[in-house]
Amino acid sequence: MQDLIKKANKQALENLQKAQPTLIGIGVALKDIPNMDKKTILHAGPPITWDNMSGPLKGAVIGGLIYEGLASNEAEARTLAASGEIKFEPCHHHNTVGPMAGVVTSSMPVWIIENKAFGNLAYCTLNEGLGKVLRYGAFSEEVIERLNWIEKTLAPVLTAALKLRGDIDLKSMIAQVVQMGDEGHNRNKAGTSLFIREMAPYIVLVDFSNEEKADVLKFMHSNDHFFLNLTMPACKAAIDPNANIKYSTIVSIMARNGTEFGIKVSGLGDRWFTAPAEIIDGLFFPGYDKEDANPDIGDSVITETTGIGGFAMATAPAIVQFVGGTPQDAIQYTTSMYEITEEESNAYKMPTMNFRGTPTGIDIQKVIETQILPIINTGIAHKDPGVGQVGAGIVRPPMKCFEDALEAFVELMASEGMID
Amino acid sequence: MNKINELFSKDLKVINMGLESFHKDLKSQDVDSIQMNWRPTAGGNEKMMALLARLKTKK
Repeated sequence: MQDLIKKANKQALENLQKAQPTLIGIGVALKDIPNMDKKTILHAGPPITWDNMSGPLKGAVIGGLIYEGLASNEAEARTLAASGEIKFEPCHHHNTVGPMAGVVTSSMPVWIIENKAFGNLAYCTLNEGLGKVLRYGAFSEEVIERLNWIEKTLAPVLTAALKLRGDIDLKSMIAQVVQMGDEGHNRNKAGTSLFIREMAPYIVLVDFSNEEKADVLKFMHSNDHFFLNLTMPACKAAIDPNANIKYSTIVSIMARNGTEFGIKVSGLGDRWFTAPAEIIDGLFFPGYDKEDANPDIGDSVITETTGIGGFAMATAPAIVQFVGGTPQDAIQYTTSMYEITEEESNAYKMPTMNFRGTPTGIDIQKVIETQILPIINTGIAHKDPGVGQVGAGIVRPPMKCFEDALEAFVELMASEGMID
Repeated sequence: MNKINELFSKDLKVINMGLESFHKDLKSQDVDSIQMNWRPTAGGNEKMMALLARLKTKK
């Protein structure tokens, strides 16, 4: 059995190592995301019903319905969301990822990423910035106005500029930012800067007013996390070829919806293994504390699933000022992740680790054997809808997800007569 | 002379597995000691140990 598992895991890692995530354009959710329609709302994490959604996810759904014109105020949006008329589905079921609440509605512009090594696509909305934003469950007028500006100005300007620029190789860009102090999840300062550098010469050439073009550049410049929404679908596109490799014990998805944490394992295909999401240990913005925090939320943990984010913390010592701890802790976190992963990235190399590749490909057997859980860098949403981000910190998945997955894997192997 | 007494007449170099307080006590007495970073497979969870073992057996 171990020979079959080893062979399958080798295949999964080969897929990941040779992935070529590439930005090929910007589309619209309704037109581009598979099986999307006007009454479907995508969200982060495993499946969840309206009743079980946490505050920030409910807030983001309310904002999404107002943005789409399907409701004109909070009360109407709540009634519609509870009516059964709206279909709620995980982003991951539609080749999509969404940070925090991860809400995607039909009119939203989306980055389109192609994994050129396999031809599969992945999607993600454009990052809205920090503070009061939809992904943290805020839905006030300023949030809706910004979403409209993203749709009417930001996306069209960037679409036109990208047509002039041509495809952007995100694997090579992420490899660079990992050597510039970003870990790709909670620190995206280098990535955002590099992206602006790539795009600015073409933005100035497109046929929009100077004011619009300046607003686009200022918006990207003001938001250190702008590149996160490119890193995430790059990771999604890279790992999706591992969705269903028979006998593989490598984790293919980790994601949270604010109520539950869910994982999928390559050899177990479409099954989610879920457990209640944890509260994040971190640093809070002035005026907030742990009592205000919502449990862990968002698809951004796709970065750790593919070997960056918390797994690459050693390369981002400055991040400890945002998430807590010391630079030595950051090195320790990365070092411990080699215990539960299969290989080292051949592209993402960390100068602080003597250019060692990031720990890549989580094996559920190793997690259970060592009892070392993946480390995740993340933002903290307020537990009430409408408030927004209140801090950032470090969290781990519940062990139960991995225990249940291992048990299911053993049962499947036994049912197929592969083991006694 | 008992073999064990021979050991105590030499400089001790200790690798300690298990309770870290043994290692700390030796350190406080200036005895060279290394604490081995070790814990039982699956943290000693018998159900998980059995599952892992089933995947490792040859049929």
